Amino acid sequence: MQIKSASRLVGRALLLPTLALSFSSVAFAGPDENQLIIEGETISTDTKAAAGNPLPHLYSGWRFRSIETQALQADDFENPAFTAVDTGEELWNTVDGSAGKSCSSCHNDAAESMAGVRAKMPSWSDSLGKPHTMETQINACREEQMGAEKWKWEAQDMLAMTAYVGLQSRGMPVALDLEKGEMQDWHDKGEDLYNTRVGQLNLSCANCHGGNFGKMIRADHLSQGQTNGFPVYRLKWGGLGSIHRRFKGCMDNIRATPYKRGSDEFIALEVYTANRGQGLSVETPSVRN
Amino acid sequence: MKPTKYLSLAIALTMLSAVSVADISPDDVPFDGSMQVNESLTGKAGDPTEGRKVFANRKLGNCLACHAASDQSDQLFHGEVGPSLDGVASRYPEGLLRTLVINAKKVFSERTVMPGFYSNEQGARVAEKFKGKTILTAQQVEDVVAYLTTFK
Repeated sequence: MQIKSASRLVGRALLLPTLALSFSSVAFAGPDENQLIIEGETISTDTKAAAGNPLPHLYSGWRFRSIETQALQADDFENPAFTAVDTGEELWNTVDGSAGKSCSSCHNDAAESMAGVRAKMPSWSDSLGKPHTMETQINACREEQMGAEKWKWEAQDMLAMTAYVGLQSRGMPVALDLEKGEMQDWHDKGEDLYNTRVGQLNLSCANCHGGNFGKMIRADHLSQGQTNGFPVYRLKWGGLGSIHRRFKGCMDNIRATPYKRGSDEFIALEVYTANRGQGLSVETPSVRN
Repeated sequence: MKPTKYLSLAIALTMLSAVSVADISPDDVPFDGSMQVNESLTGKAGDPTEGRKVFANRKLGNCLACHAASDQSDQLFHGEVGPSLDGVASRYPEGLLRTLVINAKKVFSERTVMPGFYSNEQGARVAEKFKGKTILTAQQVEDVVAYLTTFK
């Protein structure tokens, strides 16, 4: 595990209770300066925002987490998501369905065939007439190519597979193609949802993750709400969860009726949030609080 | 049902209606020309001790989610989305503090992230459980305002 300037940060972490009691608004502001290095490979956790991005500079959620949580992600042996990654690798090579195929029957070595896939998702599908997410793409393969039953959005097998496939793109920049099909329309619909105030607390995604990232919201450090690390192992969940599960959690928190996982609304929101993180490195599977 | 039960039910109903009749409803809050609300929503003075609890309670005011306050130093985490409330009663008169709790958008414009705690101006898709309800009751608003007026 290597986290640059970790000792300094531990020093700062020890000061936290004192600072909290002195109500310093400067001490917590913004992301930290730590560097994510996994197995000798530096994964960039910030990047200049592309033109048109409402954010001035992009930061991975990793930069807003505690040193302890950061450390879990900086070591694949410590990262609790890797049991699911192992399951995903097994599933990749396991025959399922009436066609007698596994994923590897067509895609061979995931390390080669899946490299870069996660970075492009969601991506336009002509046959579907809408964007594919990792989940719908995997299920399309299972049903159409393998003759296997589709997995539920949040099923353990689905999370294991999205984690395993996503890992093959780790370190690669998020790069959605909004030119294809009607991607731009889906993006714009997602942008509307992102800026729509919902729930009894009357807040939009942008209210917290646009204008106020870097600030403390009680015990939580507000991030930019980036999706480059999903599926994520959340300590609060004690397991892996999808992007749509996180959307649902936020909507529950502000006392709104969430959209369903896999709904057009959440797919549109995923297109928008993914593109809002254009250029950030894929961190799948990430660890958060 | 025994007659005594009818009696207690009748008393309970009378008490309920007494509360709701006396409270100013969210749509009838009288904001004056400078957007202040100078009368109590319940016709009664608030209780600062209760207000202190409502202020910290994550399911009620949860004011600490966004604001720091020295008087709450027994609570470990204080938010920083909004300004510290230390000395807020020296900066704002009581009528304005009441408005800020009821519906801060009246003062800070629609753009503020601060929820209206006694307002029907809410977001889309309000969860079933919270539909038609304000975040705080009129009495809780008064209790919080009474508590805030001690922040001199």
